[in-house]
Amino acid sequence: MMTHFLKNKMARATAAVLAGLMAAGLLTVLPVENVEAAEKPVTIRVCNWEEYIDLGEWDEEEVIDLESGDIFGENAMVDDFETWYEETYGVKVKVEYSTFGTNEDLYTMLTIGDVYDMVCPSEYMIMKLMAEDKVQPLSDEFFDETDENNYYIKGVSPYIRSVFEENDINGMTWDKYAAGYMWGVTGLVYNPDEVSKEDAESWTVLTDPAYKHQVTIKDNVRDSYFAAIGAVKADLLTSDEFVNDPAYHDNLKAEMNDVSPEALEAGLDFLQDVKKNSYSFETDSGKTDMITGKVLVNYQWSGDAVYTMDQADEDDYYLAFAVPKESTNIYFDGWCMLKNGLAQDSRKQHACEAFINFLSRPDNVVRNMYYIGYTSVIAGGDDSRVFEYADWCYSAEDDEEEVVDYPLGYFFSGDNEDEDYIITAPAEAMDRQLMAQYPTEDVIRRSSIMMYFNEDVNAAINQMWINVRCFNILDMPVWGWIVLVVGVVLVIWGLVRARRRRKMFRK
Amino acid sequence: MKKYSFSRKSLGIPYAIFLVLFVVLPLLVLLFYAFTDGTGRPTLDNLLGFFTDPNTIGTLVYSLAVAVVTTIVSLLLAYPIAYILARSHLKTKGVIVMIFVMPMWINFSLRITALKEILTLLEGNLANFQFLNAVIGMTYDFLPFMILPIFNTISKLDNSLVEAARDLGATNAKAFLKVILPLSMPGIISGVAMVFLPAMTNYVVLDMLYNSTYIMGSLIGSYFAAYNWHSGSMIALVLLALVCLFTIVSGDDGKEDRRGGALL
Repeated sequence: MMTHFLKNKMARATAAVLAGLMAAGLLTVLPVENVEAAEKPVTIRVCNWEEYIDLGEWDEEEVIDLESGDIFGENAMVDDFETWYEETYGVKVKVEYSTFGTNEDLYTMLTIGDVYDMVCPSEYMIMKLMAEDKVQPLSDEFFDETDENNYYIKGVSPYIRSVFEENDINGMTWDKYAAGYMWGVTGLVYNPDEVSKEDAESWTVLTDPAYKHQVTIKDNVRDSYFAAIGAVKADLLTSDEFVNDPAYHDNLKAEMNDVSPEALEAGLDFLQDVKKNSYSFETDSGKTDMITGKVLVNYQWSGDAVYTMDQADEDDYYLAFAVPKESTNIYFDGWCMLKNGLAQDSRKQHACEAFINFLSRPDNVVRNMYYIGYTSVIAGGDDSRVFEYADWCYSAEDDEEEVVDYPLGYFFSGDNEDEDYIITAPAEAMDRQLMAQYPTEDVIRRSSIMMYFNEDVNAAINQMWINVRCFNILDMPVWGWIVLVVGVVLVIWGLVRARRRRKMFRK
Repeated sequence: MKKYSFSRKSLGIPYAIFLVLFVVLPLLVLLFYAFTDGTGRPTLDNLLGFFTDPNTIGTLVYSLAVAVVTTIVSLLLAYPIAYILARSHLKTKGVIVMIFVMPMWINFSLRITALKEILTLLEGNLANFQFLNAVIGMTYDFLPFMILPIFNTISKLDNSLVEAARDLGATNAKAFLKVILPLSMPGIISGVAMVFLPAMTNYVVLDMLYNSTYIMGSLIGSYFAAYNWHSGSMIALVLLALVCLFTIVSGDDGKEDRRGGALL
């Protein structure tokens, strides 16, 4: 994780100066496609988030023993795909797999000339790429449910499917261009011994003086801004009138994506208070600081929240997860194919789509979810193994005293009353991993996606964030000014004196 | 055709290529970005923006404060050590210097992580002592760069000058102030240059220690992350100008003091 962090920052700094050279170099080596060679192996260049796929080599005892059979990650997922593709389609495929650290890094990599066939950014970056006409639409065959190898379209959750069909950018709906991979919500990991659930269920906890220097948020403008808007508009967002409005969902999305100058100003004020009240703005250290008890509240993505709680559990240190009442940011990471990478090569596109389908095969879904802690968009369709896995992870032991029924029908079948998809979970699971991995329908109701903003708005938000982080000279106390003036006077006096002495010696 | 002959000058070619590729070219790119806007038109807005934005100036002042305090603390820690080591008659002083430099051999991210835990043990909550932690982190990381040059200068110091001063009746303290200190000035200056400048910009140390203190390096990083390469380049350029200014001024002082010392 350290290396990833360093790499990000340093890559950014060097990117600018090397941009020209690299672009020039890459453009000249673009391969000339050899048409006759059908036997030639297909190479697809895939770029995914770091630590976002099963790398295999599990320990023996890690086997997941579901009723319908064991699931075990022996080889890396990518290697398994290469084998599977050759067996299924009789064509050799080679996956050149690389990773990125943040959506912004990926975009910079693409800008400076890196070429990929398929990438897996978050929804707003997918929208940005779509708006820039860089994304190749998925083929019609990909949506053919009669093909037994089309695991994605057969297995994708009805809920995710409707989200992808309903959201669009410039009239292009997501589902035509991107296939979901993982999804989740944002919330707060907290220590239930020190922080009450009521407190943790509001973004305003971030400026609560009771937890001075014991909360952390992300050093990331989009996530921080979302939290700030949630806190600034807390009263409005939780009022009965607002919540019971028939147009609640649309209103919520509009409020949470408010980037008017007034909203930016209010966000700036709130985040400056957060800066004074928080332990740090973390890039990578939040999980560790939470587990080691340095902080009590940490703003986190649900997948990382699961990981944090799992790690803490191993030390018998219990943490919980809360989704603020005001609103939560729901995010989707999805695969999209890039036009300049594919270059109209249908064999490549076929391999890319097969890669998505292979990752969507229920046993592979379980392997990835187990390995990385995030939640797949795949419900499994006729195949029950994904739900079995959720049940295997979270259902209560027989001797558990307090149990609750946890309905997940909204995700698995589209009907939350569906009795086939209810997990009987220990009562405490409501606040812990289960809720983070599969949020309740109630949480989904108060979730909002964060839109892709245009250049001007983006620049304004980024500048706001930089202003939050900077030390404003106008905030400098009087003694600071005195020290500064005395220091400057001393330096000048020293220089003048040195000059005089030099003149003296010359004579 | 004239036959190519190998001369000693040819040995410099690899370095010249390196210099052009990785120093001159990037610098030109930096200059280009600093003085253009998003559309590639030349502009001075970035420069004006730097000096009119209270946030940028504030961060600059804060970084300066961190760097100045770090340098003073490093100097106060390093000078006595370097002096004692260099003036001692120990046969093994090379080994002892090694011991001081050894921390540099351990990966710095590991060292900073350890430092974070130690500071947490001592302070309870790191967030209560932000400035102090920044100084400790920087000092910890750059101290060897201060010790080595001072040690080298004092080791090479001509001892007969000190003996002469003692013969002429100077007390120990006076001999130190009038002879040794001025003569070790070049070492101090290169030590200061090696500590002061990184302490102003090396934000990775602070990010890893406890990511809340924002210095000039972080600011450049933020602008680059936000695709605003123009403002980022301008800040880098202004820092570069400050560095040049510092080097020129201290370089003058260095020569001056050496000459002054020799005159004693």
